[in-house]
Amino acid sequence: MHDEISSRAGAAPRSMKRRDLLRMIGTAAGGAAMYQAMSSLGLAAESPFRGTPPLQGAPRGASVLVLGAGMAGMVAAYELRQAGYRVQVLEYNGRPGGRNWSLRGGDHFTELGGFTQHCQFDEGLYLNPGPWRLPYHHHGILSYCRKLGVALEPFVQVNHNAYLHSADAFDGRPRRYREINADYRGHVAELLAKSTQQGQLDQSVGKEDQERLLESLREWGALDRQFAYARGETSSNRRGYDRDAGGGLSARPQPSTPLQLKDVLGSRLWQHLVAGEIYEFQTTLFQPVGGMGRIGEAFGRELKSVIRYGAKVTAIQQDEHGVSVAYEDVDAPGATHTASADWCVCTIPLSILGQLPLNVSPALAEAIAAVPYAASVKVGLQFKRRFWEEDEQIYGGITYTDLPIANISYPSTGFHGGGKGVLLGAYMWGLDAYEFTAMAPEERVRKAVEYGSRIHPQYRQEFEHGIAVGWHRSPFTLGCFGVWSDEARERHYDNLCRMDGRIVLAGEHASYLPAWQEGAVTSALDAIERIHRRATGGNA
Amino acid sequence: MSRHAKRSALALACAALLLAAGAARAQSSDNTGQGGGRLAAADGEAVFRVICQGCHMPDAKGAQGAGAYPALAGNPRLASPQYMAAVIFHGRRDMPSFKLAPEGEERFLRGAGLSDAQIAGVINYIRTHFGNQYTDSISANEVAALHR
Repeated sequence: MHDEISSRAGAAPRSMKRRDLLRMIGTAAGGAAMYQAMSSLGLAAESPFRGTPPLQGAPRGASVLVLGAGMAGMVAAYELRQAGYRVQVLEYNGRPGGRNWSLRGGDHFTELGGFTQHCQFDEGLYLNPGPWRLPYHHHGILSYCRKLGVALEPFVQVNHNAYLHSADAFDGRPRRYREINADYRGHVAELLAKSTQQGQLDQSVGKEDQERLLESLREWGALDRQFAYARGETSSNRRGYDRDAGGGLSARPQPSTPLQLKDVLGSRLWQHLVAGEIYEFQTTLFQPVGGMGRIGEAFGRELKSVIRYGAKVTAIQQDEHGVSVAYEDVDAPGATHTASADWCVCTIPLSILGQLPLNVSPALAEAIAAVPYAASVKVGLQFKRRFWEEDEQIYGGITYTDLPIANISYPSTGFHGGGKGVLLGAYMWGLDAYEFTAMAPEERVRKAVEYGSRIHPQYRQEFEHGIAVGWHRSPFTLGCFGVWSDEARERHYDNLCRMDGRIVLAGEHASYLPAWQEGAVTSALDAIERIHRRATGGNA
Repeated sequence: MSRHAKRSALALACAALLLAAGAARAQSSDNTGQGGGRLAAADGEAVFRVICQGCHMPDAKGAQGAGAYPALAGNPRLASPQYMAAVIFHGRRDMPSFKLAPEGEERFLRGAGLSDAQIAGVINYIRTHFGNQYTDSISANEVAALHR
């Protein structure tokens, strides 16, 4: 690791202190690179976040106009203001946060086409239509939670007692995650153990290692003494028992019977087993207490005096002296207002930016036009009681299904709280998302209840009301996030991020972390550092 | 960001997509077959109702927010069915491509591929509804000719 950093930074003498190295990387390649280096060295994880560029000494009177009060825009505004810039922010919505957003009781949402939904959730219940989880290694967004006093709690990603479900497998009945997990692993381990014992691995694995392999397979797959994955104490200790162990006279546990390998394979339920092993979904994940929107709200309070809400940008013009942005008041359209500044951080989603008059280089204009936006839909459903906990012992986590709803996610908080609860009743991409977006909101909710009741029959009795957000109908994004193909990224990504005169773009679309808030945060930090360098006479 | 970090971040994001998108649907790559899954039987009108109206709205009048979706009712660009086919097949700006993508491509957009016949069908449907009264039409072969 240390060598890697040294070579990346050039002819750094080995005796150089780590701090000096990092400072050098920061100066030469920017805060994001410095942060990356810190991450590689394991520093970012073990120490207070130091990736925020220490901008100092804004030129007297220098000003920056930030377009968009989502994560990227507010991070930029927050840091630039601290560095001494005069900052103003224009935001289309009447609230801060952008896609960082929670719908709670009393909120209403009017989507494109004019369909309005009134959220009737009980106190404390919410739906996060956009981002909903924070990986532990997304240091940037986590650092702002800490800085702004946004309380976090664990987000349960993997729940071994939640379900895996396919309409075409096991007569459409859901299986517990732990059953599929244990049985898939157990059978694979048994097969590999057999191959080993039959000498089929002799070519590739030495005799001694074969012994170790067998030993590890027994442990990993919960095999018995004969290396078989079979009904008994060992396998039930992974997949669960028909009757759990207890005390007294009813104490004796009853083992369960593993599913057949062909049934496990044929069900395709194994495809969901890796979800929690992907870096972005590994434990520990967090969520803000009270909803993801708490982060945007906290930023909004911090930046209250500089954000202008209900401002719809209609044109962006720059010349050698500065940037001038025309906008309309959303509530009083017709009259054009103008905001101007020396520099501009533009976080407007490309889906919208591509429609605005904007004098930038052809390369940037082409990049803006090169990124399609994904469809995605989330549905929140309120139920009279938390039946998933009371009846099925599911506390947080996610059920995966091949029904169009794709996911049912259970709240990671408020266990045994009694009273009502809100489930994420659908979270979909691709064709299913297009299809649900094309429905009226109440139809999306109705369908989510209908599909979900095939996994939880209690839906029929307990459902009260719901709310559904199809991101292509979102007036402030016209889609969920920018989908970069490899080819588009190769051709356009650097051009998209490069400063163009006095304008620089930021947002998840200007990152290698598409759809993640961390992408917005790190792109904003990278962008403002380059602005600062230019504003103070350097190259960006 | 280091190049390595970029690559691995991308790979991870893609892996996440794969999961989120669910089961792969077998699709042909020459765009002459039918779309996979539930879309396979969709004719022009069904395609409009299941996909297009999400953005262009059930009355095809488009919508206006911070940005706009163009109307398909009374839009002079509809005079060219070839233009419409090119936009649907390749996508345009924020609008994704609706060609039948080979498996493994564009995982977040998966499953919404249209065959040449379906692209022709939805174009012909739009051009004869919502007050549009074009008398010419486009065939699947003519759509195919645009991307062969």
